[in-house]
Amino acid sequence: MGDNDNDVPVLLTTVDKMVNWARRSSIWPVTFGLACCAIEMMAMSASRYDIARFGAEVFRGSPRQSDLMIVAGRLSRKMAPVLRRIYDQMPEPKYVISMGACASVGGVFDNYAIVQGVDQVVPVDVFVPGCPPRPESLIYGIVQLQKKIDKSKVFT
Amino acid sequence: MESGAIIDVLSRTVPASGLEAVQAADGMPTIYVALDQLVQTCRALRDTAELRFAFLADLLPVDYYPREPRFEIVYLLASLGTAGFGDTPKRLRVKVRVPGTHPTAPSVSGVWPAASWSEREAYDLFGIHFTDHPDLRRILLPDDWEGYPLRKDYPVQIKQPVKTYEPLQVSQEQFVANIEATRARARND
Repeated sequence: MGDNDNDVPVLLTTVDKMVNWARRSSIWPVTFGLACCAIEMMAMSASRYDIARFGAEVFRGSPRQSDLMIVAGRLSRKMAPVLRRIYDQMPEPKYVISMGACASVGGVFDNYAIVQGVDQVVPVDVFVPGCPPRPESLIYGIVQLQKKIDKSKVFT
Repeated sequence: MESGAIIDVLSRTVPASGLEAVQAADGMPTIYVALDQLVQTCRALRDTAELRFAFLADLLPVDYYPREPRFEIVYLLASLGTAGFGDTPKRLRVKVRVPGTHPTAPSVSGVWPAASWSEREAYDLFGIHFTDHPDLRRILLPDDWEGYPLRKDYPVQIKQPVKTYEPLQVSQEQFVANIEATRARARND
């Protein structure tokens, strides 16, 4: 678009890029915290770290309105069916971030009660290490997820 | 009030042969009670005018594996020292010894209703059965759990397949049936 009146005001892109841009720019997480990692997750969404800069600040109270599940904390075996149900209730496309050591591999809880990695329950897109991860780490994880979404093919 | 004095008061209503004062390391009055006169003693502790231990603060089993008798159950009592609840504030630790083979203890939930959920927890994690309990079933672990994790001989790092699906309880009948099934499981194991 230039100063010339004869220029046509359009942008050219592919549908894939357009859709992926829309998807990655508003990843709404579901309000779902399991343990102390959830405190860092809240810090990430609050004003100091402000995940709104990446379009992911709207924590939804209902899985029906969410795109992303941040598994923030250790998942007990009793909680596993609940987590899976919430994941199943989320509409496609949906993504999962496994936040912290406990969610990823069980962490310090090497025992009967804790699921040793939430990838046994739901498919995980990004693993964020740390105990707990700082909010910057989780933001980095969300940015990694955005890159992943950018590379996905919508129409193949 | 020392544990000896408490036993003196108690022996007016319950047989003194089943009572035993011990010197606890922290100085808290502590008595051992014979298992078969536990409920009787607890009722006396609650109702005797000088004692009035109306408040059961906590109830916890201890596993002394491989000693026999294997388990002990500790009842932490308080007498509040307010009008109608004892003259002076007092604390008392009551212990009973429970054998290791099919451990069973009488429920004190008839004396202090607060014992009900603590006894369910004791059953859930230690496998101690409580006779005359109104609703003995697991409280923390999933209903179909096998074994009692806080026992010393439990394989703590056991890895079992993760259950990812549990049907929703949509009707009252199903809800009641599930509770009945878990009660039956607690009765039979």
